[in-house]
Amino acid sequence: MIPTIPQPAFTKWCYRAYVTIFFIYLALPLTVVCVFAFNNSVFPSLPWEGFTLAWFFGSEAPYIGVFNERSILRSIGTSAFVAVWVSGLAVVVGTCNAFLFVRHEFRGKAILYMLMLMPLIIPGVILGISILVFSSSAANMLEDATGMWFDGLRPGLPLVILGQFSFITTFATLVISARLQKFDPSLEEAALNLGASKLGAIRQITLPFLLPAIVASAVVSILMSFENFNTTLMLVGSDSPLTITMFDKLKQGSTPVLNAVSLLLIIVSAALGLMSLLFQKRQAPS
Amino acid sequence: MKSDASRLGFYLLFAPILLWLVVLIILPHIGLFIVSISEKVGPRQYETGFGNYAAFFGEPLYWRTFARTAIMSIAATALTLVLGFPIAYYIAKLTRGRTKTTLFLMCMIPFWVSELVRTFGWMILLRETGVFSNALQSLGLVSGPVEMLYNDAAIMVGLVYTSILFMVVPLVTTLDSLDDSLIEAGYDLGGSSTSIMREIVIPHAMPGIVSGCIVVFMLSLGNYLTPILLGGKDSLWFTGMIYTQFITRFNWELGSAFGFLLLGLSSLVVFLGLKLSGQTLSQTMGRS
Amino acid sequence: MTDIQPDLECRDLAKSFDDFQAVDRVNFEVPKGSFFSILGPSGCGKTTLLRMISGFQSPTSGDLRIKGRSMIGVPPNKRPVSMVFQHLALFPTMNIGDNVGFGLRQRGVGKAEIRKRVDEVLERVGLPGVSARRVDQLSGGQKQRVAIARCMVLEPDVLLLDEPLGALDLKLREHMKVELKSLQAAFNTTFVYITHDQSEALVMSDNIAVMNNGRFEQVGTPHDVYHRPGTAFVAGFVGDANSFNAKVTAVNGANISVATDAGVEMKIEAADAGLSVGQNAQVFLRPEAIKLVSSAADIGDSVNVSAGVVDSVLFNGANSSVTVRSTTGGLLKVALPQTGDYTALQKGDEVFTRWHPKQARCFQLAGGAR
Repeated sequence: MIPTIPQPAFTKWCYRAYVTIFFIYLALPLTVVCVFAFNNSVFPSLPWEGFTLAWFFGSEAPYIGVFNERSILRSIGTSAFVAVWVSGLAVVVGTCNAFLFVRHEFRGKAILYMLMLMPLIIPGVILGISILVFSSSAANMLEDATGMWFDGLRPGLPLVILGQFSFITTFATLVISARLQKFDPSLEEAALNLGASKLGAIRQITLPFLLPAIVASAVVSILMSFENFNTTLMLVGSDSPLTITMFDKLKQGSTPVLNAVSLLLIIVSAALGLMSLLFQKRQAPS
Repeated sequence: MKSDASRLGFYLLFAPILLWLVVLIILPHIGLFIVSISEKVGPRQYETGFGNYAAFFGEPLYWRTFARTAIMSIAATALTLVLGFPIAYYIAKLTRGRTKTTLFLMCMIPFWVSELVRTFGWMILLRETGVFSNALQSLGLVSGPVEMLYNDAAIMVGLVYTSILFMVVPLVTTLDSLDDSLIEAGYDLGGSSTSIMREIVIPHAMPGIVSGCIVVFMLSLGNYLTPILLGGKDSLWFTGMIYTQFITRFNWELGSAFGFLLLGLSSLVVFLGLKLSGQTLSQTMGRS
Repeated sequence: MTDIQPDLECRDLAKSFDDFQAVDRVNFEVPKGSFFSILGPSGCGKTTLLRMISGFQSPTSGDLRIKGRSMIGVPPNKRPVSMVFQHLALFPTMNIGDNVGFGLRQRGVGKAEIRKRVDEVLERVGLPGVSARRVDQLSGGQKQRVAIARCMVLEPDVLLLDEPLGALDLKLREHMKVELKSLQAAFNTTFVYITHDQSEALVMSDNIAVMNNGRFEQVGTPHDVYHRPGTAFVAGFVGDANSFNAKVTAVNGANISVATDAGVEMKIEAADAGLSVGQNAQVFLRPEAIKLVSSAADIGDSVNVSAGVVDSVLFNGANSSVTVRSTTGGLLKVALPQTGDYTALQKGDEVFTRWHPKQARCFQLAGGAR
């Protein structure tokens, strides 16, 4: 139960064993993904054929490494492009929302807050198709009315960005609001009292205070955008982000190139994740 | 003057959220509903009616897949709770300081990694030429390769793996807030491990259990990758069906109806979960 | 044993963590139906001692008996003791009735019986009819009583209380002291109470153990502990006292003469202080043992008289006092009798102080140095 309550040694032993097995279960899939990135074989499976870095740097078929595989490199670029846009938009709108919900009282605030949380409980696939349906009918209407083409409203990167933005903003809002709630408004009042303008006070006092939360939510947004699949799948056009490219390749049959990409993804995501936690830790003391 | 300025500031803050929620959430869902109640009667000719919903209930494959998805999601949620609770309890109550942080981080790291990578890992482990099959063969337990992929058990393993963090995190948070002295008081008054679990620990952890279950259920219901990749082409998952209608068959009307049914089910479950536990959405989700 | 068996006895009970001795071979017994307090500063080992009695910590060595039965190896849920926790630990997910009935449910008592006994015990603690309320609907004092009721319904041999009054505000604390004492008398159960607040211990207890650094410095009645402290620590910790470091200049049977560091001569009457000439000693003198005299004519031939000037008047109602700076330079805190004779006393007034040689306590200073 808890350490101060005596328990039979056997019970304790079983409990520890279960916890150990659980963590093995957690680590196993990621471990095999990483290990097979170095297998000198064209399939990511046993037997072990020896160690190679060809799946990273190889340039001769069939050993085309990640760094020489055009389609993957291009989709990494696409993902990064989408992630930067989504993260930037989400942080800006999230910060505005935080100020709105923490600093203002208005009618219907509770309802608006509920609405703001909605994207969390809408399945990603639905979010994707609803935006797809809406933008397509908008495009149809506009094209019928004007006779011009509206490519931005057809499946493609702009829609992917909007689709991901539509739910990632909720996370950014929650993280930044939590930080703003801890802000002592008298600091801002002190700045006003010392002659700062309202905007100046926000820029010089409040925003620096919010910075850890802003950075953390930007990092989390990038992570979520990079690994999003469900919403992106419905909105993607000809340029596909990394997860979609990998999914297509996986359906055709996997090669260790995918392991190599995955390994890189694991390293980058773990690093980003730890970074965001560190930033959130730093905001804890104050 | 001043009130005019602050009024302007208020509207400037109000504009983005309004734009976001109206253009990307509310209008698309209204649009989705309108499309779901239009029936195609000819090329570019539509009539309003519930024909798509009728088609859903008329075709056993559709509603059976729907029911199957719901039941499997409930099973995955229950399994995640049963497997995750002891882990959360261990982290919250039996570890301290550095060990606690480390275990918690070890729980989180897999979930910063793309779901695709995680599922890929399970494919490497479970498939015919995979690690488990080879291990069993070399141990002499089986004579030939074993296919462990493309069945419901594989889907279950993947679903639990994908969503367990969302069970463990809220549980650790609520269990952390349970004062050790309450457990000690229970013992002091003659309670046993089971009765204390039932009467003190679980009632206290209820908010965490509810929010964990809601999130896990929604994630399972709306999952696409795991059932498709681990369950194979015939995995019969409802999101797969929506994808087929939209992308392969290009029957958006039926697809929209499917989407609305899925949304209805997930909203219903969230609503029931919150009602049963007497919580609000803001309490449950707002702190995630 | 022909004696009546004590409810609780500890024999050489010790607990050490790594290289820290939290409780150091403690011996005591608590007779049936008495109120026993363990008083000590925080970190003195009293909480560890209490948790060993309740079973949440196991002793490194020694024995612990309740009604003559050794409790070593008996888990907390099988011991005939109940505990009122520092923050009460009422279960917030249950109503009051379920809280109080918890222990009975664990014993498999029937529902109707539980309800009857819960109602009974709630009535005895003066809270009839609160069964259906939630924990957070009660006031601090009511929660205290529910916590006690929750234990008493199990009719334990010993009730342990872990500073339960600490969280209350001053007024309520004063009130609860009296109430706890009368509850104990009404239930006639053995109470073991730990606290760092001397007034709680002095008001409620039949016996007090003063604890420091894992050891019992003294066990005795409140009167003994206050008026006849056994060690320098007890004299300094319990009650208010002026303390001086001094050197023994003469010993003549029970009469001892000392000279303080400031050079003041003091005459003390102490039977078994065990002091010899030349030793360093510590002298404790209670503020209320000192008499203020305004004119030299009233002094007569008393000993331990010194002249001084009022340095400050510390008005605190019934506990008012003055500090007097004697002509030799030392400061002396003197309690002001509330008879009205001294209401006009002001800073700068010249006064004389006087005290009887029997009123001071004198202890050998450990190691002779300081």
